[in-house]
Amino acid sequence: MYAQMVKSEGSSGEQTPEEKGFQARIDAGDKIEPKEWMPEGYRKTLIRQISQHAHSEIVGQLPEGNWITRAPTLERKQILLAKVQDEAGHGLYLYSAAETLGISRDEMLEQLHSGKAKYSSIFNYPTLTWADMGAIGWLVDGAAIMNQVPLQRTSYGPYSRAMIRICKEESFHQRQGYHIMMKMARGTDAQREMAQDALNRFWYPALMMFGPSDANSVHSEQSMAWKIKINTNDELRQRFVNETVPQAEFLGLEVPDPDLAWNEEKGGYDFTQPDWDEFFEVLKGNGPCNKERLGTRVQAWEEGAWFRDGLTAYADKAAKRREAAATAAE
Amino acid sequence: MSREWPLWEIFIRSQNGLNHRHVGSLHAPDAETAINNARDVYTRRKEGVSIWVVPSKEITASAPSEKGPLFDPAEDKVYRHPTFYDIPDDVGHM
Repeated sequence: MYAQMVKSEGSSGEQTPEEKGFQARIDAGDKIEPKEWMPEGYRKTLIRQISQHAHSEIVGQLPEGNWITRAPTLERKQILLAKVQDEAGHGLYLYSAAETLGISRDEMLEQLHSGKAKYSSIFNYPTLTWADMGAIGWLVDGAAIMNQVPLQRTSYGPYSRAMIRICKEESFHQRQGYHIMMKMARGTDAQREMAQDALNRFWYPALMMFGPSDANSVHSEQSMAWKIKINTNDELRQRFVNETVPQAEFLGLEVPDPDLAWNEEKGGYDFTQPDWDEFFEVLKGNGPCNKERLGTRVQAWEEGAWFRDGLTAYADKAAKRREAAATAAE
Repeated sequence: MSREWPLWEIFIRSQNGLNHRHVGSLHAPDAETAINNARDVYTRRKEGVSIWVVPSKEITASAPSEKGPLFDPAEDKVYRHPTFYDIPDDVGHM
């Protein structure tokens, strides 16, 4: 999940008639559109969730950008470039969706750069070998899809439309990753080892993407009532494991979990939970790459300032010229 | 802090013969850059053959509160639809 641990802001106590009417619309499957009345908590929670998701797409470009210049073939390089460009696009769709709720783009970027806003913990792990590009596409994009497909039905119109657009493009990401894994798993011994090593390092961080168990979370309940969260974190995690284990078997790779076992009764795998202490540390900013990722992002933003300002100055000048020409023609 | 680029609404014609359709929005300093950015953001997979960009601030929208007065009057005018009229089968296709 790209938006982990989004604090939901439900109202406490009795629902007002307006809130009741709003909830009835959502229960009836109605979509909420910008400028319509909505509870302040709904608006705030959505801004938090959508912007967190957008930040994840933007920061998510960095671990892969690391390998663009070192892709093993020209074709792989083109594919990786296209994928990273998609992530940028996904970030932009989501920022636009969040802006319809009354927050500005600059405000969101400021929250990201100051460390106030979070992004997915997964992007704070390093990408050490080419096989990591395979593991990220297969596992990380796979986990993202698991979360995003149900969100296409979310109650907020602009968010739902962004998710639909993103899901259409995301399948390519997962398949290209799995394709890399297949190539390596069937390559030389050294390549197979790299693939296994990438799976070992990314398995648990991928499971963390869905966020901690929310079985007892009040926030989660409110978000689900508002249909801005469709499934619980545990449901999605279980679904992900069930789908991914056979894919690992097909590759001839081993999921790094000695307790992984098919449970006939529940029709799913029993598996080991990730280390949640590690998760909270990474979220707090103490993961292996937090500083590097945010540093790179801030540096890119600051060093691009002259260019953004230049384009603004040019646009201003051109507008003035047009205005002067129009006055002269009168 | 520098000034934020203005917001543009993007409309794409997916193929000739169809209307331009609203697909989303983006920030750009001017119209020309908005078109270039729209190409990268909204047509990476051949989704369009033509792009319109409109400054978001130039769009006037009906208010959600006007929904009733604006659209309810159409509700009780079933006679605007062809199925309102019973025409005997003997007349043939009409």
